[in-house]
Amino acid sequence: MNGGDVAAASASLPLPLEWKFSQVFGERAAGEEVQEVDIISAIEFDKTGDHLATGDRGGRVVLFERTDTKEHGGNRRGLERTDYAVSQHPEFHYKTEFQSHEPEFDYLKSLEIEEKINKIRWCQAANGVLFLLSTNDKTIKFWKVQEKKVKKISEMNVEPSKSAGNGSIASSSVSSSPKQNLANGGCPDRSYNSLINDASFPPGGIPSLKLPVVTSFETSLVAKCRRLYAHAHDYHINSISNNSDGETFISADDLRINLWNLEISNQSFNIVDVKPANMEDLTEVITSAEFHPTHCNMLAYSSSKGSIRLVDLRQSALVDSHSKLFEELEPPGSRSFFTEIIASISDIKFAKDGRYLLSRDYMTLKLWDINMDSGPVATFQVHEYLRPKLCDLYENDSIFDKFECCLSGDGLRVATGSYSNLFRVFGRAAGSTEATTLEASKNPMRRQVQAPPRPSRSLSSSITRVVRKGAESPGVDANGNSFDFTTKLLHMAWHPTENSIACAAANSLYMYYA
Amino acid sequence: MASVDEPLYPIAVLIDELKNDDIQLRLNSIRRLSTIARALGEERTRKELIPFLSENNDDDDEVLLAMAEELGVFIPYVGGVEHAHVLLPPLETLCIVEETCVRDKAVESLCRIGSQMRESDLVDYFIPLVKRLAAGEWFTARVSACGLFHIAYPSAPDMLKTELRSIYSQLCQDDMPMVRRAAATNLGKFAATVEAAHLKTDIMSMFEDLTQDDQDSVRLLAVEGCAALGKLLEPQDCVSHILPVIVNFSQDKSWRVRYMVANQLYELCEAVGPEPTRTDLVPAYVRLLRDNEAEVRIAAAGKVTKFCRILNPELAIQHILPCVKELSSDSSQHVRSALASVIMGMAPVLGKDATIEQLLPIFLSLLKDEFPDVRLNIISKLDQVNQVIGIDLLSQSLLPAIVELAEDRHWRVRLAIIEYIPLLASQLGVGFFDDKLGALCMQWLQDKVYSIRDAAANNLKRLAEEFGPEWAMQHIVPQVLDMLNNPHYLYRMTVLRAISLLAPVMGPEITCSNLLPVIVTASKDRVPNIKFNVAKVLQSIISIVDQSVVEKTIRPSLVELAEDPDVDVRFFANRALQSIDHVMMSS
Repeated sequence: MNGGDVAAASASLPLPLEWKFSQVFGERAAGEEVQEVDIISAIEFDKTGDHLATGDRGGRVVLFERTDTKEHGGNRRGLERTDYAVSQHPEFHYKTEFQSHEPEFDYLKSLEIEEKINKIRWCQAANGVLFLLSTNDKTIKFWKVQEKKVKKISEMNVEPSKSAGNGSIASSSVSSSPKQNLANGGCPDRSYNSLINDASFPPGGIPSLKLPVVTSFETSLVAKCRRLYAHAHDYHINSISNNSDGETFISADDLRINLWNLEISNQSFNIVDVKPANMEDLTEVITSAEFHPTHCNMLAYSSSKGSIRLVDLRQSALVDSHSKLFEELEPPGSRSFFTEIIASISDIKFAKDGRYLLSRDYMTLKLWDINMDSGPVATFQVHEYLRPKLCDLYENDSIFDKFECCLSGDGLRVATGSYSNLFRVFGRAAGSTEATTLEASKNPMRRQVQAPPRPSRSLSSSITRVVRKGAESPGVDANGNSFDFTTKLLHMAWHPTENSIACAAANSLYMYYA
Repeated sequence: MASVDEPLYPIAVLIDELKNDDIQLRLNSIRRLSTIARALGEERTRKELIPFLSENNDDDDEVLLAMAEELGVFIPYVGGVEHAHVLLPPLETLCIVEETCVRDKAVESLCRIGSQMRESDLVDYFIPLVKRLAAGEWFTARVSACGLFHIAYPSAPDMLKTELRSIYSQLCQDDMPMVRRAAATNLGKFAATVEAAHLKTDIMSMFEDLTQDDQDSVRLLAVEGCAALGKLLEPQDCVSHILPVIVNFSQDKSWRVRYMVANQLYELCEAVGPEPTRTDLVPAYVRLLRDNEAEVRIAAAGKVTKFCRILNPELAIQHILPCVKELSSDSSQHVRSALASVIMGMAPVLGKDATIEQLLPIFLSLLKDEFPDVRLNIISKLDQVNQVIGIDLLSQSLLPAIVELAEDRHWRVRLAIIEYIPLLASQLGVGFFDDKLGALCMQWLQDKVYSIRDAAANNLKRLAEEFGPEWAMQHIVPQVLDMLNNPHYLYRMTVLRAISLLAPVMGPEITCSNLLPVIVTASKDRVPNIKFNVAKVLQSIISIVDQSVVEKTIRPSLVELAEDPDVDVRFFANRALQSIDHVMMSS
């Protein structure tokens, strides 16, 4: 079930995937109330797919590590694997967690700054050490997670009680020494500088001195904040994205995009600025931004008006004009009060090859070819049955929910979340009718209703578009339950090389494979 | 748990603290590594300390950085150059760590050690290390390897040399942009050690690879290498290999690449010789001066003088000067500002006639620029201006600009102009200064912003130094003393500050006769802040005036202040009294 097989099979037409439950972390017991701080707010696989990070509203980052590819992954926990022990699929275990952001208060602006993690991005690992960027509304942090040996020193020259500098014990034992104060800790080098510098050691050295011997080789994981990129955003940061050059990244807020060097935290360059001279003229904000996966000079950003702009950093220092604009205008007849609201793009993602770009607005997923700006190459309706209920969704503010989207590593499938903890997976190859609805639970196919095979694949015209149906009786799901607008599946990520999806349902992290 | 002899106790603690939990103590021990090594002796340093350090590679970055640095100068402690190779293993591990600064330092130390090692040791130990790093699993190792080739290469036998060149060429095509950047950065250094024959073939093909890299960041560094490589090559090879590349770069799609070219171009002129400069580089430079991107024009404008110095005057007048004229009215203030800071250097190149005829109008228009930084940049180069066009012409156009800047709304601009006043004064001469600028200097003393008032006081001191005490007595002191009657205590404080600065310049006589009485009067001020500042001023002039004056005038004043109801006034008065006593005792 690796990427190569799938790609080969796609030569004809990829078969719809059979999704199976793999793992769940932080599963909620029946009746257990979800703590606000535990709700997951960001999910990200690293480039190799061996690590997964989640961030939550409490400012914590939790790291998971893949165990099934490692040889020493012998500690297979039976509970999770009983039913699926035969198949090889990514299996993760909890690695470590750390508090990335704390709630803060901006006294100058009288603003509370939430600790909620908005985005996590992995950086290039080096020497076995993991690096990642995490951001809340205002501050981006660069984290280094590494294994450290737990030191246990067995041999020392001086008894630990003395060298520890505990005054009362030490002074009694060395009280006759003229350098009495050196054992008192504090600043030892000042006190015995004179002695050491003047001393002439015998040519063969002093045999009685020993180097400390470290005995234990246990390790523990330590996360350390290496750099803090702050004070560069007046508005809330919605995205961060690494450049393919491995040394720069961008951070985007509502009106500006800044470029940083990972090594330099006190300076950033503003590269996109959509702030109008007069804020009353403001009609559009930046909702998401991402660097091209291979072209270091290209980046895309989406807007609240439903457009995606591709910009070329080579063009000028402050990129005022886009090189390409992708947008699909609603035909004038079908415009309504909600048209503009639901057109707002909540997330964009480049496919791995960099040719395709996926965007999510409130009702649809759209796939764009960056060489074709006339319209999307495919549009997938995520939850068309909600269209009659837009008014309710507007009233309870759900219409402003920001759903993320993701693409499979081979670029053949796209996925995004919906309400009632549902998420949908669509096949994007020409002629594919794959449109699966899954529920973030241990039984993902529970809600699945087999879609009738339809050969007519929708192309770019929205009128002839076929609505691919999952369970779509308005307001009521397959089991007759009402749709629940409070359980929404906003955050999800696709494994970079395999068909495996991680998604967040409130505080639980569900993982599926196919 | 050995018992340690008392005299060895400190060194024993130092060794133990190599593994202390407190990072400060570990750092301290590492910084004293040479002491530890001397205490252990050369042999045990080689056999125990160095292996111990090799394992100590997951410490905090600060400790690793210190370790990398210490090991670079460790050859004497392991028994001299014949044992230098034992230092390589710990540094090799440090070359792989994830922290850039640690790696850089480890590479620096390795280069330092390698340059002292015996040739046979280099072949036996150093070159294998470079090869191991270059084939390292992590990109960090390969990045470090790039910085070591120039040490390894010269002593390698021919076979190995061929291999090293091919390894470097692979590094130039590494998957990771970080490695390619390191290869580009170090290419010049490596090339300098490579034989001329291979330079033209191997190195140039690596260079060409780098110049065509997808990553802008790699190409940028390749541009930087152009000049270094150009200087290594024969002029005709430079023309055939480097020139086309740089001309291409000057038209690169990425403004950052063009920006780098604009910064570097003048360095290449010498390498290619006058004729190609005229035919290729001048047109390229002119294009950069007219680039669409302001950042590129800023870089190009900033190098205009350096470039003109290399050219002959006709070329400069014919090609560069028209661009300079355009730049002086550029839409970007930063471009004009960059131009203003260098434009005066063009005058000697162009000669007097061309300067007056062509450069002066540009210069004058920049002096009237609406953007203060541009004007300031011109004024800061005033001495150069004066030499070229003479004071009369200068003062006519200069003064309005200065007066305007002196009253600028932004206090930083006012501050900047104050800093240039002494320079101006020395150029304009006494007579001229009195007429026009004297009043301004007094006006600043009453500025709303403290920094300006403070700078103004300092300015008076520097003027007094420039024109001498007599002039100051006439033109500064009376006005300053007059201001002590200002109703606002903050202004009175500025005057006190000015007096304390002026006193040393004016000398004891004037201080006693003119300044001191005023200070004493100020000690009766109703505001405590003034009073304790009086105490401070009095303290500062103790050393200037005669002892009898101290006893007769200063001490009584201070004694009175020492009984002031305000605690701060008493504090400073007492401090001043103490310092009187101190001076008395020492004399």
